[in-house]
Amino acid sequence: MDEVDKQIINHLQGGFPVCDSPYQVVAEQLGLTEASLIYRIKRLLDTGLLSRFGPLFHAEQMGGGLTLAAVKAPEQQFDQITDIINSFPEVAHNYARSHELNMWFVIATDLPERLSEVIDEIQQQTQLRVYNMPKINEYFVGLKLQA
Amino acid sequence: MDDLDRQIISATQAGLPLTPQPYQAVAKELGISTELLVQRIKLMQQQKVIRRIGVVPNHYRLGYSFNGMTVWNIVDEKIDELGKQVGELDFVSHCYHRPRHKPEWNYNLFAMVHSKTEQGVKQQIQIITEILGQYNLGQDVLYSTRILKKTGLRIGEKRV
Repeated sequence: MDEVDKQIINHLQGGFPVCDSPYQVVAEQLGLTEASLIYRIKRLLDTGLLSRFGPLFHAEQMGGGLTLAAVKAPEQQFDQITDIINSFPEVAHNYARSHELNMWFVIATDLPERLSEVIDEIQQQTQLRVYNMPKINEYFVGLKLQA
Repeated sequence: MDDLDRQIISATQAGLPLTPQPYQAVAKELGISTELLVQRIKLMQQQKVIRRIGVVPNHYRLGYSFNGMTVWNIVDEKIDELGKQVGELDFVSHCYHRPRHKPEWNYNLFAMVHSKTEQGVKQQIQIITEILGQYNLGQDVLYSTRILKKTGLRIGEKRV
């Protein structure tokens, strides 16, 4: 990653235009050629510095269900619990965290009513209580990390 | 949202094509005109179905090794006012009000913070502590120790 890559990452966290030749528009803003910008974005994705490039969707606005949930997974069953929870296609992210509630996952469903079903199924299969923490209010969501 | 919107979401959620005319490419794949696609994307942006179009950096690969989920027990009457102030900090990427589960879980304000050093996170927590002042009844920080799954949202691919 060089200075130009950093500029691209910082610039494109802000937004990408919707027009005929958007790469050309951004390339001009950054003083690059269109081909060079496309090549660099591809390289940043291939090397994993970027995890995504494209539209970011807002699940609830799409009419679906979304929640954050956590369980207390006993250490000796941790891998088994992970497999069960990850096996649900509705589980989008799952993180091990340093706390008694040591597994935190995001559930996203097409239909809002499916959320409670997924939670019940996880509780049945893991025999653990699922702590459901749907958002009550959102104060900020955005990325503004300096590369 | 209708079926076409769902098809557009499905076609672009893995990412935009890296070709000079990416919207034309997506329109062609869906068998619709570029004008219609662009119109729908702009409408979804207005409706906030699309938050933004752009890049998502991998925090860890950018050197942000310390990604803490800070959680706070805030007096209910003050949470909206204080939540907004915390969300405005430039090192906070997500800030939400979520339910408590007493007695095991007393925290109702969640703020994700990101730093390249552990010391940096401590300073960020200090700044948040000062903003919250007397209305903060307790706090913790949960670091992610491992990513167990990260597929992103997969909505619109299959209807139940």
